[in-house]
Amino acid sequence: MRIMAFIIVVLSGGLLLYATQDFPSWADPVSPASVHVSPHYLQKSMEETSVPNVVTAVLADYRGFDTMFETTVIFCAGVACFILLRILRQTPEDRYYRHISTGVTIHIKDGGKIPDKSKEFERIDTMWTPFDLVIKTVCRFLIPFIQLFALYVIAHGHHSPGGGFQGGVILGASIILLAISHNLRTATRRMREKLVGLLCVTGVFIYAGTGALCLLMGSHFLDYGALAPLLHVDPVEARSLGILIVEIGVGIAVMATMIWIYNNVSSAGKYDEGL
Amino acid sequence: MSDLIPFIVAKYNYWIYITLMMIGLYAMIAKNNLVKKIVGMNIFQTAIILFYVSIGAKKGATIPIIEHAHGDAARGSVSHAIEIAHYINPLPHVLMLTAIVVSVATLGVALALAIRVYNRHKTLEEDEIIDQIKGI
Amino acid sequence: MSQHYPVLLVIVPLLSAFFISAAGWLNRRLCFPIAVAALSVAVFSSVGLLLRVLNENVVLYKLGGWSPPWGIVYSVDYLNGLVLVVVSVVALLNLVATQRSVEQEFSEKIGAFYTLYILFVTGLLGIVVTGDAFNLYVLLEIASLTGYGLIAMGEARAPLATLNYLYMGTIGASFYLLGIGYLYIVTGSLNMADISAILPSLYHSRTVLAAFIICMVGVWLKMAFFPLHAWLPNAYTYAPSAASSLIAPLMTKVMIYVMIRLMLTVFTPEFVFGTLTLSNSVVWLAVIAIVMGAVLALAQRNLKKMLAYIIVAEVGYMVGGAWLGNRAGMTGAILHIANDALMTLCVFLVVGNIVYKIKGYAFDDLKGLFRKMPFTMGAFVVGALSIIGVPPTCGFFSKWYLILGSIQAGHYGFMAALLFSSLVNVILFFRVIEIGYYEPVQDHEGHEAHAERVAEAPLSMLVPLLIVAAGLVVVGLYTGDIVEHVIEFAIPKGIV
Repeated sequence: MRIMAFIIVVLSGGLLLYATQDFPSWADPVSPASVHVSPHYLQKSMEETSVPNVVTAVLADYRGFDTMFETTVIFCAGVACFILLRILRQTPEDRYYRHISTGVTIHIKDGGKIPDKSKEFERIDTMWTPFDLVIKTVCRFLIPFIQLFALYVIAHGHHSPGGGFQGGVILGASIILLAISHNLRTATRRMREKLVGLLCVTGVFIYAGTGALCLLMGSHFLDYGALAPLLHVDPVEARSLGILIVEIGVGIAVMATMIWIYNNVSSAGKYDEGL
Repeated sequence: MSDLIPFIVAKYNYWIYITLMMIGLYAMIAKNNLVKKIVGMNIFQTAIILFYVSIGAKKGATIPIIEHAHGDAARGSVSHAIEIAHYINPLPHVLMLTAIVVSVATLGVALALAIRVYNRHKTLEEDEIIDQIKGI
Repeated sequence: MSQHYPVLLVIVPLLSAFFISAAGWLNRRLCFPIAVAALSVAVFSSVGLLLRVLNENVVLYKLGGWSPPWGIVYSVDYLNGLVLVVVSVVALLNLVATQRSVEQEFSEKIGAFYTLYILFVTGLLGIVVTGDAFNLYVLLEIASLTGYGLIAMGEARAPLATLNYLYMGTIGASFYLLGIGYLYIVTGSLNMADISAILPSLYHSRTVLAAFIICMVGVWLKMAFFPLHAWLPNAYTYAPSAASSLIAPLMTKVMIYVMIRLMLTVFTPEFVFGTLTLSNSVVWLAVIAIVMGAVLALAQRNLKKMLAYIIVAEVGYMVGGAWLGNRAGMTGAILHIANDALMTLCVFLVVGNIVYKIKGYAFDDLKGLFRKMPFTMGAFVVGALSIIGVPPTCGFFSKWYLILGSIQAGHYGFMAALLFSSLVNVILFFRVIEIGYYEPVQDHEGHEAHAERVAEAPLSMLVPLLIVAAGLVVVGLYTGDIVEHVIEFAIPKGIV
């Protein structure tokens, strides 16, 4: 197997190296890729979309159709992880509880349990470690600031590097941080599974729905200029606002999918214990 | 031989990505552990992303955000000329945003499948799994 | 509304997938009706689009209002139009036929299953209708990821089979992306028509040659062209029956369409058959694929795996036909895309019915089935005759064009492989039919026979199957019309 792998790798590598002879040199300003299509984007993006960040303009307007399908890809991954892993009818398993005042740990077998809201007992994971007060407190302080930064990244995608994907991942990371620093049950109590699933759908639906709205207003799909009468601005400004709306949709979808995939993968579908 | 040196200097970035890609491909085919194969797949896709992003580079250019355009955004046009050679090519970056998302999605699904395989066979080594299947 | 058909075809299933996902959380009984409605709109749009193409030659749709090459454009011509109709009709028939078995197998996750189903069909429709090379990659990944999710829900060995499919499929899609990158670095464009306009001056560049080879290897990996087929038998065998009868007819055929699109539109026939001298070698590779597919199918002991290896041989037919380089061969390959989708749907729906009633698909389980499930096995006989290539079923006509093409090109090895494969198919299918007629030993007279009576499959599974079986004959009888009015114009004038 290793010999065959080696032969395949040498042949493919050889073919690819052979092809580099006719490549343009690195960082050549007059290579075909820099001369043919992209000058139009650089020159006209301010004039046609009034968005200075050309990457955002191309991503969400000129090639916005690709981005819609990219958001669908991440949605598909969330649904696929859900359908593969989620165990909806669970067999009763062992649980561990800790008496808070004395520190005594109890192991209850086969499905018996103490009610969740009990003041004296807290449920702990199989691999619980003590002395986590510093981590818990610091994370609880930081999470709102992380979320605020994520919202800044989404909203400021027009003028600085950023946008929906980046902000959405940071938002998702803030909830995952809650799951890692405390435990999975705390995070799922904050954001329930049904809410996460519905948010995921809503995010992508905002994107596709904006496009369909442009279709209903009589223009082509995802032609944000058609939204101008609805938003009471001129068509160029409407493009800028349209880009903002779809970036918000992307952010919501990416956040929800990240949380969904993390919940499913880290608990192997059972949603009782995380990492 | 004397024109080999300028050739290497002008195109070494492409050789780097080819090396990375072949490392990833070798890991995917030759390694035994399922998670190592998944890591190899990720390296393979990252090498392609590196290739595309290196297409967009330009000597002495900066990121493709039109400078001094803050106030102009409200008016929808720029008050100064835009030099193409001053900004790098934005299109490969856009394409690679998509490719990165696709690679993360594939990674998620692959890990979910590896968990399912582990739950059934209690091992992640491919030769042991094949022995278990043949024994059944 | 008719000017929006190209985009409605993709958007209506996409939006309805989101509604189905929400319905999966809120009210599960809405999932199936929404799915049927979405695919009906897709069938209607694709038929309307084909009628528009018959009048207008090419239908273009600019997404976002931007002209190519700055924006993405959907371009529908004769080749697209035909494949779109085939994909949407097959998906709708399969959806209706497998409703019962999906309810039985996935009662709680039915929302997620139908979401993945509709998104898979959206991905395939998007691959066929697009005119932008990078958009094709994104939609290919949608189809792949949803395919992995659908297949992995099967029996015990399904997750491992899916993982192997995932590795090979990701390499294939990444090679396609790399090939597009090579084309981008020398042309600067991603639009298919634009690339084919810029390429003629670059035909002798090593980069274009490497781009072609890399794209071809990537597409061959995804269509399971021997010897890159290793993922297909296990993945299609262990998938749930609803998923296998969706994916088996469609995925490999759409990848054949992508290969033909790359050969005819992006790298024009002047490059593929003129500048390159590979066509003879590729036809010989196709000969090996056909022979190996047939031989490996003979060795199998269960019905689904045998059918999976027959798919490997069928892919060999189409790749060989396309690379023969003449009009008859290309006509045979394009006609076979439509015919093979219908034939594969027919036989896999039969397997779905059998699994629903008997819960097994090994040859030993099939004893006496002709008595118990006469209509299902009747449809199986029609499908078998079509795969063998007996007139008036459609399989005969596409094989006829392929043989004609191989004689015109002087490639007698390909013709021999086609005839050999037909003979092996006769052996394979008559073996199954014989087992089906043979009465099981333990079935004696008296009340035991009545208690053991396995009934025919329910009507909702039977009626679409009979429609497909009848369709095999009808499409065969109308082959002349299809070839004259549609396929004749799909092939550029350059190929004789």
